[in-house]
Amino acid sequence: MTKTMELLEVRGVSKHYKDFSLDNIDFVLPKGYIMGYVGQNGAGKTTTINVITHVCKQQKGEVWVDGQQYDQDPIRYRESIGYISEEFGFEKLFTLKEIRKILSDFYPTFNQAYFDELIMKWNLPEKKAIGDFSKGMKVKLMFATVFARETKLLILDEATNGLDPVVRQEVLQLLQEYIADGEHSVLFSTHILSDLEQIADYIYFIHDGRKVLYDAKEELTESYLYVKGSEEMLTEELRRNMIGIINHAFGFEAILPSSHAGLLTKDFVYEKPDIDRIVIHFIKEREGKR
Amino acid sequence: MRIIVSNQSELPIYAQIKEQLKEQILNGQIPEGTTLPSIRQLAKEIGVSVITTTRAYSDLEAEGFIATMQGKGSVVLSKDNSMVREQYLMRIEEGLTTAIETARVMGLPDEELTGIFRNLLRETTDKKKI
Repeated sequence: MTKTMELLEVRGVSKHYKDFSLDNIDFVLPKGYIMGYVGQNGAGKTTTINVITHVCKQQKGEVWVDGQQYDQDPIRYRESIGYISEEFGFEKLFTLKEIRKILSDFYPTFNQAYFDELIMKWNLPEKKAIGDFSKGMKVKLMFATVFARETKLLILDEATNGLDPVVRQEVLQLLQEYIADGEHSVLFSTHILSDLEQIADYIYFIHDGRKVLYDAKEELTESYLYVKGSEEMLTEELRRNMIGIINHAFGFEAILPSSHAGLLTKDFVYEKPDIDRIVIHFIKEREGKR
Repeated sequence: MRIIVSNQSELPIYAQIKEQLKEQILNGQIPEGTTLPSIRQLAKEIGVSVITTTRAYSDLEAEGFIATMQGKGSVVLSKDNSMVREQYLMRIEEGLTTAIETARVMGLPDEELTGIFRNLLRETTDKKKI
């Protein structure tokens, strides 16, 4: 068996629909790291995930999960992936009893003792229909279904939308626990990173089915400055280098590559941007060029 | 050992971690020979990315404060190491320079300044004896 450092490898993946194309998506996620897969609704995040989980088949490109391609061993491939989405995959009338049954039927590695331990730890009600669970309880149940199996890659598809800050914080800790042994990795797709940014090692930013940015998070936040000022302060040279200038009644805001920081006088206000800020201005730049 | 990171700080998070560890190593709060938490454990505890803590540790290693050994973790090195000694001397010089500049601003003669310095040395040595 080959021992690789990459847990997820996505190479040149393209998928064409009548009205949308995913075009040449290419990245690697090493073992033990977290990647934020960021983009607007409709950017191609779920299509990418569907290709990875083999829900749909790409026209071009290849995907490896833990050194395996789907066709080599479909059952093992499926087992190695845990998937949590915004939509709840189970029938609303089910209780934990039915869920246990489904999981042990579908997944050979399902560990019921550990599942029950997590259910106890998180105080999930045994007799209640899961449709009546709160959002936070549903997410915890989804985590229990993944943690009780021998997965290697955890994919979150907009799974933290609408969660309150306390549960979001708990989710962050669960993700960090998941990767703590250096053998598991997390790919989380979201249209807004917010507090998740802090734990992300890598960022892949997709727009209109194509890559916009892909790098280690720290590289990205250090490569750009978030600049504000009034419009008349913008020289021709600055205008040329600024990314996604947004004008409003009393001034402008934009992103500037840090390598051009020398162009800024002390009249400008500038700070380190977060990833969401970088995304806003890159999208603005793209839309402006259309 | 304590590490508190701020998202509002101008300093990147890896640099905040590095500076805080360095401070505690230099002032003796983290004694030599201490095994630091692993990169992954630290990332989990303070809720930052693994790449962030990796960078903080590799900077500390490059500056001679810690050594990372496969399977043994990261250990705080002895202060006799020349790179660390250099850092100590720099801190001493910085402190003394501030004192000298302050003395110049108020026009204090050099003899009086050295007098203060000698007195302080004596006082802190006496305190140690008690």
